[in-house]
Amino acid sequence: MFDWLYALWPGLETSVNLLSLQPPGWGGNLLRGAWASLQIAAGAFGLGLLIGTFGALGKIYGGPATRDLLAVYTTVVRAVPELILILILYYAGTDLLNQALRAMGQRPVEISGVVAGIAVLGVVQGAYATEVLRGAIQSVPRGQLEAARAFGMGPVLTFRRVTFPAMLPLALPGLSNLWLIATKDTALLAIVGFSELTLETRQAAGATRAYFTFFLAAGALYLVMTLVSGRVFGWIEARYRRGQVAQ
Amino acid sequence: MRKFALLATAAFIAAAGMAQADPVRIGIAAEPYPPFSSPDSAGNWEGWEIEIIDAICTAADLDCVITPTAWDGIIPALVSGRIDAIMNSMSITADRLQTIDFSDPYYNTPTVIVGQRNMEMDATPEGLAGLVLGVQVSTIHQTYAQTYFEGATELRTYQTQDEANQDLAAGRIDATQADSLALDDFLTTDAGQCCELKGAVAHDEAILGAGVGAGVRKGDDALREAINGGIAAILENGTYDEITSRYFATSIYGN
Amino acid sequence: MNRRLNRLAEELFVPHRLVMIAVAVGIVVWAALSMRWHWIPRYSDLALQGIWRTLWLLALSCLIGFALAVPLGLAQAAGPRILAVPARAFCTVIRGTPLLLQLWLIYFGLGSLFPQFPWIRESELWPYLRQAWPYALLTLSLSFAGYEGEVMRGAFRSVPGGQLEAARSMGMSRFAILRRIWLPQALQRALPTLGGETVLQMKATPLVATITVIDIYSVASRVRQDTFIIYEPLLLLALVYMVIAGLIALAFKLLERRYNRGMVM
Repeated sequence: MFDWLYALWPGLETSVNLLSLQPPGWGGNLLRGAWASLQIAAGAFGLGLLIGTFGALGKIYGGPATRDLLAVYTTVVRAVPELILILILYYAGTDLLNQALRAMGQRPVEISGVVAGIAVLGVVQGAYATEVLRGAIQSVPRGQLEAARAFGMGPVLTFRRVTFPAMLPLALPGLSNLWLIATKDTALLAIVGFSELTLETRQAAGATRAYFTFFLAAGALYLVMTLVSGRVFGWIEARYRRGQVAQ
Repeated sequence: MRKFALLATAAFIAAAGMAQADPVRIGIAAEPYPPFSSPDSAGNWEGWEIEIIDAICTAADLDCVITPTAWDGIIPALVSGRIDAIMNSMSITADRLQTIDFSDPYYNTPTVIVGQRNMEMDATPEGLAGLVLGVQVSTIHQTYAQTYFEGATELRTYQTQDEANQDLAAGRIDATQADSLALDDFLTTDAGQCCELKGAVAHDEAILGAGVGAGVRKGDDALREAINGGIAAILENGTYDEITSRYFATSIYGN
Repeated sequence: MNRRLNRLAEELFVPHRLVMIAVAVGIVVWAALSMRWHWIPRYSDLALQGIWRTLWLLALSCLIGFALAVPLGLAQAAGPRILAVPARAFCTVIRGTPLLLQLWLIYFGLGSLFPQFPWIRESELWPYLRQAWPYALLTLSLSFAGYEGEVMRGAFRSVPGGQLEAARSMGMSRFAILRRIWLPQALQRALPTLGGETVLQMKATPLVATITVIDIYSVASRVRQDTFIIYEPLLLLALVYMVIAGLIALAFKLLERRYNRGMVM
């Protein structure tokens, strides 16, 4: 069907064959890697949100020591390159875990690449999420919180009914940025040997020597992921801004 | 009734503790290293070393699981317990022996320099002076090059030998130093037509080691003895020669 | 000056802060005594070279990237569609793909094309095409340009249109408006974000070690391989990066203070 195109552009046919979904094409491997990347990014984003919520609340309502410790956490994570953090957390984290297990008499446990990647990236995301959520929570009009208090709503109820829905549209741009950072940071895990899209691409490129083809294909896959994510977040933001003044 | 349940739980835990050995995680580099280990398009690992690992594990009655790990951090991974052994062309050197233990060697091949066809060079510090040499990071080749060639020769370190070969084919580096078998494989490819074998480097046992062995944690004698037994078994019953004959022209055992 | 010192003293000498500072000093002293630092003298030369390389790669890529970002932002804010659409596409692609992938694509991808064009080796550019730092500089600059193009787009748009209209009605040429009114105000609005983005660019520089550029991260890796010591080089490396990030933040704070003098926000 595309013979005329292949005749016009020599080398295109080999490239397309290399990328085919069935072996001996490497397309299937790349898609598997992309799926692993998405899983790690989603897990890290979720973990980051969890840490970020507690961090933001701690920074706003916590005591002075809590606030200072959280400030140290966010400053360190935002100043040290992710690659270094990933290496330190990966080695130190598994070392400590295995030492603790050995002290308790258990065998050192094998942490799968996905879980370790989620844990490490989640800690990094948590620092950024803390700042985003803190900014958003502090932007909720104070009058609404005071009114809720006047009505006798407890702190949890206030958070659930008043703070959270009001803060969400303010936090969404920052959170969508964080999601993009999470998907792109999964590429760094290739340097630690976790199997995700960038590592699969490098393995395929190394085995077939078609570096250009595979890196372009991987770039296209990442681009698709980011564009789709952008659309999804835009839709969520539009939904949550319903009834608010147009931006 | 309660006491019985408690006793049963305790017995169960004790029995589980005495249960069969857990799988042995054999670490290999996540980066391809043909012809010893490289992934195919279905994601399975193949190569001479993969087959030897399977053969040794069968002979030693171990339940082995191939665990790809970044080559750059493979020794820390072993020391911290993420993997139980390293079997990916890791040479037995005095430096490494300070941190981990090794099994008996299972192959030994010379270290060679491969360089651009149209350039004059040989595998000595004088022969490489003024040229650019590429080596893989965290290998005996990097240590050797940094000890003997650094200064007169510009060194470039790559994450994988494949990338060094790639840059050699592109002309960015003038030569690369690696294991003769890995480079033989490269020279047979299209990209390898750029270059030729320039010679073997002067042997330095302290750096280049006494062959390739399986790395295990210090003090893990049980696993080491099991692997030694497996190696001896496959050498005796001909499995080693049978696997080798499918990849290489001659035996690579060394001594 | 006295007021600033007073305020600093007030913030610092609170009981819980003193305890935390004492604990931090204690940790540093324990680390200095109990961890292994014997490798530092042997690698200090290499480390200084690595730090220098990191710094100039960062500075140069930020300058070149910013020089590219201004036209990119301008094209999107004011340009005709034929310029705005490619600029937007460029920024989207750069921001949508990981920097590591871009680095490998440009270095190894272009490298894989070299054997097909043997005349490249005879050309003038060959000494630069051989080495790794030009590719690192190119990729880092393009990456910075992609991200800052977005920032500058927002900054150009945020300058009140009334000022531009007034300038036009006074007969100023398009270029004069840009030079005197639009660009300075856009820069002033973008400055805080640019500071943050420069720190992010610094955090991206260790990746160049994967394409054989010897920066401070690759020196730390070499120490790790030679000595098998895992944590100490990484911790020292983290400290170096924190210091650089602090210096960047300080520099931008001074820049903001100077730039904002007399300006209405």
